[in-house]
Amino acid sequence: MNAAIVGIGATDFSKNSGRSELQLAAEAVRAALDDAGLTPSDVDGLVSFTMDTNAEIAVARELGIPELTFFSRVHYGGGAACATVQQAAMAVETGAAKVVVCYRAFNERSGHRFGQVQTAAAANIDNSWSYPMGLGTPAAMVAMFARRYMHEYGATSEDFGRVAVLDRKHAATNPHAWFHNRPITLEDHQNSRWIAEPLHLLDCCQETDGGVALVVTSRERARDLPNKPAHVKAATQGSSVDQFTMTSYYRDDLTGLPEMGVVARGLWERSGIGPSDVDVAVLYDHFTPFVLVQLEELGFCGKGEAKDFVASGALELDGALPLNPHGGQLGEAYLHGMNGIAEGVRQVRGTAVNQVGDVEHVLVTAGTGVPTSGLVLAR
Amino acid sequence: MIDIEKEAARIAERGESAPRLARDPVNLPMINNWLEAIGDQHPGYTEVAPPAMVQVWTMGGLHGQRSADDPLGAMMAILDEAGYTSVVATNSDQTYHRYLKIGEHLSVTSTLEDVTGPKRTGLGEGWFVTTRSTWYVGDEPVAEMRFRVLKFRPAGQPASAPEAPAAQPEAPKTHVIRPSVNRDTEYFWEGCRQGELRIQRCGGCGLLRHPPGPMCPECGATKPKYLVSDGRGVVYSYVVHHHPQVPGKQTPFVIALVELDEGVRMLGELDGEPSIGQRVEVVFTKVDDELTMPSWRTCADR
Repeated sequence: MNAAIVGIGATDFSKNSGRSELQLAAEAVRAALDDAGLTPSDVDGLVSFTMDTNAEIAVARELGIPELTFFSRVHYGGGAACATVQQAAMAVETGAAKVVVCYRAFNERSGHRFGQVQTAAAANIDNSWSYPMGLGTPAAMVAMFARRYMHEYGATSEDFGRVAVLDRKHAATNPHAWFHNRPITLEDHQNSRWIAEPLHLLDCCQETDGGVALVVTSRERARDLPNKPAHVKAATQGSSVDQFTMTSYYRDDLTGLPEMGVVARGLWERSGIGPSDVDVAVLYDHFTPFVLVQLEELGFCGKGEAKDFVASGALELDGALPLNPHGGQLGEAYLHGMNGIAEGVRQVRGTAVNQVGDVEHVLVTAGTGVPTSGLVLAR
Repeated sequence: MIDIEKEAARIAERGESAPRLARDPVNLPMINNWLEAIGDQHPGYTEVAPPAMVQVWTMGGLHGQRSADDPLGAMMAILDEAGYTSVVATNSDQTYHRYLKIGEHLSVTSTLEDVTGPKRTGLGEGWFVTTRSTWYVGDEPVAEMRFRVLKFRPAGQPASAPEAPAAQPEAPKTHVIRPSVNRDTEYFWEGCRQGELRIQRCGGCGLLRHPPGPMCPECGATKPKYLVSDGRGVVYSYVVHHHPQVPGKQTPFVIALVELDEGVRMLGELDGEPSIGQRVEVVFTKVDDELTMPSWRTCADR
């Protein structure tokens, strides 16, 4: 695609920001523009998540962005993350806008907590087959998949735990991470309390207050800007047969994420690269079991083999497929996948705190269990 | 621990909920029904409605759901979660600016005015929740109501154990998470009320489908029918839920995804020791006149 991410910005990641969600959004967007070497008056497009409470026009007012020719929202929670960049890239390619900022900001710990039961969500007809039965949290919805996955492939709680240990190891050396200097052991994981069996507390990502923004423009414009651009080599969304939000329980098989399979096919076709060409993987990790399933759907290993792939050490910083060098959403912060895209950009630039050597391609995925999206970023 | 005052401040900060339009305009048949039910013989209500009826016009109906931004619903959910699971209404002060004429179409908005507590009362420890509703015709405010409830933890209840719904037949609507019901799904909930577990069957090609929908994905027919399931199947997967608290449930509890013998899967709470492949059968639990919930219990092999 003829688009690149040229600026990244974020607020601090905390449990109580002490400021409004709009202020977080405005701070993140301003930081991203500063990083890009652009000003608010250069911006003519804004993209966010349907779930974000900050209207594009409100963000534009705070930043002093005078005119917008493109504004768009993407549905399905964290599944929107990479799709915001896809929207921005398409806008740039078609001429709908020249400089588009993607943003996501919330007080997700001190304000509206996603980990709690959202009784209001039962007003959705689809949710009426799960919430009233007592299945009303994201953790429990993922646990239903995880139990079946364990049954089919013999995976164990320890296999999930290794993902958490790895993320926390990477976060421990990332000063921007909430869990900076706080690594965990597999024993810590096993001893953490049950949230929704088979998921322990340490299988679940954090709840975070904060904001992240990304600036997208054309490759030509990117050449004149101060930072090394992260080119958007491929971007796609994915939804699959009999798709629900978090509760696609009625398909033939419950051990895959076929919507991520759709994303994988799209990314490999459009980028011309394959799994073996990926230098860093930033995989969405709101709950550990879906990291294993993603490794399988994306073609890094066969069905049911992810537990062995993880245990082999392949996901370490010096392994074949370094995973979430920033610490992921389990370790750094839960910004609905947007902080993972920012990490992908840093890895391409060569400026990450846990930098992997000689990065040409980074794969980034968005929310799992929901209609989702993905990106291949390239040098 | 839930910081109730902070949650209340957060809800109050959201201000007025979006206007919710009444289902019907002010109309004579409803006025006559109301007068009859109340026993009001006044002959004057032929052009205008009795002022005290104002709340009736914007009631949600038999299967009504609170709107997502309804502040009372949100505050009740928080107090439920904190263990204050019972409710009693204590005050309702209404102000009428003028008579409402037949044909006028009302809308209503609501704000959270005050949350005070915890207070010790004869019923148990609780919080007083005050909301303010304003009814409008177009942009004109025509009536207001200050409504106060006491959300309380019944005396003798332990602090961390919300009561099971079965033990509390007077449970308010917010006590359990209620399904949303529409034209496509009403047959299922009607079946539950009658003790039948119904599975949608396409009237064109016979495809069985759950969850249901209005158009058959196989043949395109829009004439769904249903069959009555034997209510037996096996556990396909399950979750033991520990945290956080779920309204109307006592943790830990089991939710099972059951593959029915007819071939479709369905979620429900499971009473019994869970394992994949375990045979189960349906049980129906009446919550109130409107809602009966299906759930599972383990049973012997065929």
